[in-house]
Amino acid sequence: MQLARVIGTVVCAHKDSRLEGVPLLLVQPIRQDGSDVGRALVATDAAGAGTGERVFFVRGSEAAYPFHPTVVPTDASIIGIVDNWDV
Amino acid sequence: MILAKVVGTVVATRKDDRLVSTKLLLARPVSPEGTLEGAHLVAVDTVDAGFGETVLIVSGSSARMASGLKDTPVDAAIVGIVDTVSLA
Repeated sequence: MQLARVIGTVVCAHKDSRLEGVPLLLVQPIRQDGSDVGRALVATDAAGAGTGERVFFVRGSEAAYPFHPTVVPTDASIIGIVDNWDV
Repeated sequence: MILAKVVGTVVATRKDDRLVSTKLLLARPVSPEGTLEGAHLVAVDTVDAGFGETVLIVSGSSARMASGLKDTPVDAAIVGIVDTVSLA
């Protein structure tokens, strides 16, 4: 899993039917000091996150598991909202 | 998933049997602001996207979860047509 910051939202009217009702959020991966690392991506939200929040997300086919038994075609899912972290 | 812009089509007469009758598009990743960046990629279109549209591409083994792509040899599928991207 990776830490990220939610930086925006994406709206798709026409999409795979199993993505209906699933929030799509733009996330920017971050380092442990909070600075940006890498490119922003779109993630399905399984944790009820909002813009500006620090979250962690899972990549790969595991990203579909939070929506089980529906097989949602996603390769990145937000699975937790971070309250704080210590390094 | 990544945001990308459809920049062309791909035609292949000889291909894996499981790809017969799939629609292949050439896409280029874009930043949330809409700037083209990175290398072009070939993606299977499952939502009837068109030239110039911004789309949502799912990559890796998750691409096979897209509609009609079960057990097909693909690693990039277009699963949504993007209407708006709102940045905070």
